[in-house]
Amino acid sequence: MNLYKYASPVNFYPLAGKMIPWFAIPSAILFIAGLYIGFFVAPTDFQQGDAYRIMFIHVPAAWMGMFLYMLMALYAGVGWAFNARLSSMMASSISITGAMFTFLSLVTGSFWGKPTWGTWWVWDARMTSTLILLFLYIGFISLQASIDDPRRADRAGAVLALVGVVNVPIIYFSVQWWNTLHQGATIRILNKPTIAPPMLAAMLIMLAACWLYSIAIVLVRLRCIILEREQNVARFAEAAV
Amino acid sequence: MLRWIVRRDLILAWRRRADVFSTVFFFVIVVSLFPLGIGPEAQLLKSIAPGVVWVAALLASMLSLGRLFANDYQDGTLEQLLLTPQPLYLIVLGKIFAQWLVAEIPLVLIAPLLGVQFDLSKETLLVLFVTLLIGTPVLSLIGSVGAALTLGLRGSGVLISILVLPLYIPVLIFGAGAVDASIMGSSTESDLYLLGAVTVLSLTFAPWATSAALRISLE
Repeated sequence: MNLYKYASPVNFYPLAGKMIPWFAIPSAILFIAGLYIGFFVAPTDFQQGDAYRIMFIHVPAAWMGMFLYMLMALYAGVGWAFNARLSSMMASSISITGAMFTFLSLVTGSFWGKPTWGTWWVWDARMTSTLILLFLYIGFISLQASIDDPRRADRAGAVLALVGVVNVPIIYFSVQWWNTLHQGATIRILNKPTIAPPMLAAMLIMLAACWLYSIAIVLVRLRCIILEREQNVARFAEAAV
Repeated sequence: MLRWIVRRDLILAWRRRADVFSTVFFFVIVVSLFPLGIGPEAQLLKSIAPGVVWVAALLASMLSLGRLFANDYQDGTLEQLLLTPQPLYLIVLGKIFAQWLVAEIPLVLIAPLLGVQFDLSKETLLVLFVTLLIGTPVLSLIGSVGAALTLGLRGSGVLISILVLPLYIPVLIFGAGAVDASIMGSSTESDLYLLGAVTVLSLTFAPWATSAALRISLE
């Protein structure tokens, strides 16, 4: 079976269309299940009360933000190295979902911080590195938006994403260093609870739900990008639904 | 080849001396604005001095990045440089070195004077000078990647800032951190070593990324 034909955006378009429901529907089910367990089944935390429940959105969002950046850089790099248009389109599609999850993790982190730490924002290592990750995403999206020629945009984005990927560990460690040296007067104990089984289950279900959602939405956006960029291909214009 | 490129860029920069001076004046003005915004209390100013001087240096570097490739791009020289049999890595390295000499060294030399405005001690002024000396090459190196990526684009000035400023953050943290450590009286060694490490890493890899970006922007 020749899978390489799917490297063509025009051929991948209908395949993506068929794949989307297989990810979207399980994602919706898992979201409902995870949120139900997280809000109603998991016990109230000893130290944080019920405020900790935002963790079920915050932690998966933060993980997705980070993983999607790596994935975006991988696809962009592959697209640049092998001159594969579809791979670069995938990177562009992932960038927006990744930025959204990173933003979501910052916002939900603030909501978590207010009742537990008493403040909307602290400059601790993780929040600061997540903020910088958001800036890296925004840089990638802005660069691609400013370049008219799509192929140049793909390759320029790839260079930026790869430079960013190399920098992410450096930035993370330098921010940790900065944070430990400049520790504020209050020492906050980040509560890593001894996870009760329902909490762990809910967390993992939400993480799976976020992954499935990401795949589904990235494929939807990819189909839009393919439509935009391949609209002049004759057989595509006829076949595209 | 390297010497030739550096010499050529220095001569061209000499013919537009005003650009260099405007960068330095921007640096001085920005640093002077902070006390005006925050208040003249000496202790407070001393504590914000490292951050303020370093951030102003970052912003002043941003301004000068546009000049790195834009002029050569417009008159077609850059295309010819890409076609030479010499390695593009060396050509880019030469241009970055010339830009560092012209745009960053004046900042490094002026910074101790501005440090005096913030009532920093002699040892701290020395640390400030050294951190800027080691750190400003990184600003030129990473900035060159941004400049190459945004070559010829509309709104490239602000776009360079969005691309490059997040990548500058480790340099800012270690550079300002070293000066801060000096003010507190603790050891500056670790920050300086890490700053040096970032510089060496950028020196090795940034010209390569810039060459790739130039080829992408010019095809």
